[in-house]
Amino acid sequence: MTEDLVSIFIMGKRHVVPSGLTIMSAMEHAGYRLIRGAGCRGGFCGACATVYRVPGDYRLQIGLACQTVIQPEMHLAQIPFYPGHRADYSLDDLQPTFEAVVTTYPELLRCLSCGTCTKACPQDIDVKQYMAEAMRGDIAAVADRSFDCIMCGLCVSRCPAEEVQSNIAILCRRLYGKYLAPGAEHLAKRVLEIEEGMFDDDLASMKSLGEEELRRMYDERDIEPE
Amino acid sequence: METSQLRIPYFPGCTLNTTAKGFDTSLRASAQALGVELVELPEWNCCGATFPLLADNILDLAGPASVLVAAREMGERLAVACTTCYNVLRRTNLAIQTDEDKRQKLNLFIEAQYEGDLQVLDFLQVLRDEVGFEKVARTVKRPLTGLKAAAYYGCMVLRPASEVAYDDPENPRALDDLLMALGAEPIEYAHKGECCGSYLAVVSAQAAAEMTYSILSSAQKNGAQLIATNCPLCQFNLDSQQAEIGRRHTGYQTIPVLYFSQLLGIALGLDADDFDWEKHSVDPRPVLELVEPR
Repeated sequence: MTEDLVSIFIMGKRHVVPSGLTIMSAMEHAGYRLIRGAGCRGGFCGACATVYRVPGDYRLQIGLACQTVIQPEMHLAQIPFYPGHRADYSLDDLQPTFEAVVTTYPELLRCLSCGTCTKACPQDIDVKQYMAEAMRGDIAAVADRSFDCIMCGLCVSRCPAEEVQSNIAILCRRLYGKYLAPGAEHLAKRVLEIEEGMFDDDLASMKSLGEEELRRMYDERDIEPE
Repeated sequence: METSQLRIPYFPGCTLNTTAKGFDTSLRASAQALGVELVELPEWNCCGATFPLLADNILDLAGPASVLVAAREMGERLAVACTTCYNVLRRTNLAIQTDEDKRQKLNLFIEAQYEGDLQVLDFLQVLRDEVGFEKVARTVKRPLTGLKAAAYYGCMVLRPASEVAYDDPENPRALDDLLMALGAEPIEYAHKGECCGSYLAVVSAQAAAEMTYSILSSAQKNGAQLIATNCPLCQFNLDSQQAEIGRRHTGYQTIPVLYFSQLLGIALGLDADDFDWEKHSVDPRPVLELVEPR
């Protein structure tokens, strides 16, 4: 069997691995057993944030290990967790205002809009811009712009002002969800129907069925069209 | 509606989105009535709020520099409402124009090729030089006849004069002339360019109260019924310190502190309901009732 092999450097140590692997597969191929820095393996959870450089480019590059294909001679390290200030708060005590955000995270005002965070985002979010929107109290804009954040913490790791951008953003999304987003009327209606016993009889009859019958019902269930 | 439309990119700044909303709403409405189309930059960040005085502090210039880059992509001029933003953006622009080392380092850092070839203008400057106070006077529908107003400029459009002043830094006139164009009577007093205390209010309420007291009492002794300013921080200090001044000086009478754009909007006959009067510590509306209705 012939396969192209490339050398990569994992935390400074050289490994020869098959080309075309993702960083995560390459690390496992090299013998690492990942108990941190690996999660959904599908590019959603943000657990496998990785920083790397390739020869001939001064730029620090970023990516999710499960999504990023290795390049020859790349130097990489994973950042499975980055310690950032995380405030304790109760949404009931806050309002969707600039004052609430800056009281919860006073370091917000240390932001210089240098843009280092934006360069570090594996989700291509303009982190600098949502921080600017947070600084002028536009909670809805922060929630909208940061929606794809996977909380990997790479922006936090790179910030010269020691900001916790991802935590500020999730605070704004929570404030948006609680106070600003239009309520889901159909949800309230369904909750009421459940409380009024709309499904009680169906549930009771299902409880009396055996496993075979339940499996048949599951297989024959109505599935919403795509 | 005015026929000669003036279109100019606009930077409102964070304060006009938060504590000084009335400045923004009254300024936008007045601009429109005067045939000036303010085009807000589609994406902008905080100007930095203070111009760094350390010569090697280049990182602090990255934020304002990216605002200038965004503005330059839209044209050759930028109108700024908040005088603090004006001061920081103008000085950053000048540093980029004149300091090759700063220009190169900043451009490398923010990954731009910006030469400082943008005119940073205070909105009052746009009114004076591009619209013209004569035209403003012709557009007035509800003259502020009989109102005695003290024009207060603060520091940000006057100092350092070589970098930011578009007026005589010792005896500024732009705001006085605008008030006159609106039909008000601008009073003369010695404190129109004195510092209001600025951020001192954070560390010493006492110092800020005394500094604002000397300005407000000087204006009142010279007959002012209200203060008109162009600076959100000055407005906040002059307005909100009056409760403390009242505790320190028995018999002190309060005086309302307005943005010039609020007076402009009223004189142009605009609906002033959304000029955010609730944020004022000293309610200006009783004094404004002296103005003849439309």
